[in-house]
Amino acid sequence: MNSLAEPRKWERFFWPLLASGLLLAVWYCSVVWTATKIFPSPLQVEKGIVELFHRNVLWSDIGSSLRRVAIGFGAATLVGVPLGLTLGWYPALNQVVNPVLQILRPISPIAWIPVAIIFFGIGDYAATFLIFLGSFFPIVVACVNGVSSVPSVYRRAGRNFGLRPMQLLTKVVFPAALPQIIVGLRLALGIAWLVVVAAEMVAVDSGLGYLVIDSRNSGKRYDLVVAAMLMIGVIGLALDWGFRRIEAIKSIRWGFGNAS
Amino acid sequence: MSAEARPPADKAKLRADHVRMVFTRDSKSTPVLEDISLDVSAGEFVCLVGPSGCGKTTLLNTMAGFLSPTSGSISIDGELVRGPDARRIFVFQERGVFPWLTVEGNIAFGLAKLSRAQREQRVAHYIKMVGLQGFEDAYPSELSGGMKQRLEVARALAVDPDMLYLDEPFGSLDSITRLTMRGELLRIWEAERKTIVLVTHDIDEAVQLADRVVVMSARPATIQRIVRVDIAHPRDISSPRYLELRDGIFEQIGLAHKI
Repeated sequence: MNSLAEPRKWERFFWPLLASGLLLAVWYCSVVWTATKIFPSPLQVEKGIVELFHRNVLWSDIGSSLRRVAIGFGAATLVGVPLGLTLGWYPALNQVVNPVLQILRPISPIAWIPVAIIFFGIGDYAATFLIFLGSFFPIVVACVNGVSSVPSVYRRAGRNFGLRPMQLLTKVVFPAALPQIIVGLRLALGIAWLVVVAAEMVAVDSGLGYLVIDSRNSGKRYDLVVAAMLMIGVIGLALDWGFRRIEAIKSIRWGFGNAS
Repeated sequence: MSAEARPPADKAKLRADHVRMVFTRDSKSTPVLEDISLDVSAGEFVCLVGPSGCGKTTLLNTMAGFLSPTSGSISIDGELVRGPDARRIFVFQERGVFPWLTVEGNIAFGLAKLSRAQREQRVAHYIKMVGLQGFEDAYPSELSGGMKQRLEVARALAVDPDMLYLDEPFGSLDSITRLTMRGELLRIWEAERKTIVLVTHDIDEAVQLADRVVVMSARPATIQRIVRVDIAHPRDISSPRYLELRDGIFEQIGLAHKI
């Protein structure tokens, strides 16, 4: 009934809640003891969140951020997945393109901000372009690795049943590589969510990133800064959770260690 | 020596003609197959046995068209083998079932050209034949090793091939499942009369299943001897003839049959 490995139901909620509660308590006490006038206490942040909801800016800011991520990440997926599949499928082509990818990949999207502004001016396009860049490389790399690590036994089986090369790619190689591709997409979405906040601090005047920087600039409202940060965390968690639901689909789940 | 006289040329289903295979890696060449000539007649069950690493699997891959011989040729029905073909299905030792498809999806994999009704009927037939009823919608990760192996055999049979190549198909199964699977394979073979070439390192398995056992030498592989197993199915594995044939092969490979 209650084995050591399986925590009881109330324990699964109790300990994480306790940890969060302790963190809030440490935060609260630190603010009180240091008597800081600048950094907000948890209670002030809670009021800040309520205020943001009442001013109605929060929903439009969340909407702007999500829209930019959807467009940038979506475009990166539409371009990156076919490109990655092609590169994985033709190793000779990959050898040609790979060095360029490997040089561009470690460059933080933040470093592209000046370039993005030259290309697109200050505005939505620049921000979306940065998100595209941030998610594009992990997607391409995941697809290349996914395709090249498909066991040869699956390709042989596919050829044995008379598949032509294009069918082999769509009916065998793609589904065999899909678990790795999904992991790449999840990673890329996480990066996109990091990048959108940074991009919105520089290039545009809406979105959660703008909310953070604007709350600071217009009247040092650090309660609103922290409130916006918490919203960013919660939404990022929700996006990641959504992707984990995709990984749980049975035709994909086989690719993840604990399959049953 | 009980090496068989070859069947007349017109009856050979598969003919390997002076097949040599040399693998070259890092400018070092390793001869793997040395002058292999073998005829398999239609509907025959042939087992290839030999010490591990001798090149049995290479020979099977060559017959299936996944590898082309360095010299010599493989022909089937008088036609040169140039690549894999859906008329001859290879059943892999490393489990070639597709983990992203259900049992039904796997069996239907090679049936895209059939109409929907025909396909469903064919799938249902082979699910029943290999005893996977009730698991139609299960994914391979939900099946046991023996069930996956049966699924792969069903997928191969569903496209109605003339030939099956089996590469140590029961090697990774436990001994009880292995015995059951041998029985099922014989049952299917007797029902469908496919030509079967099976690679195994298990001499008992070869003598239990095959019409002829091809004994190969260590690398580079040559055919040492071909043994015709003249015992009707079901075979009594304690009969003197069975033991005589089996022990003869053990001796040929150089293993005293005592531990």
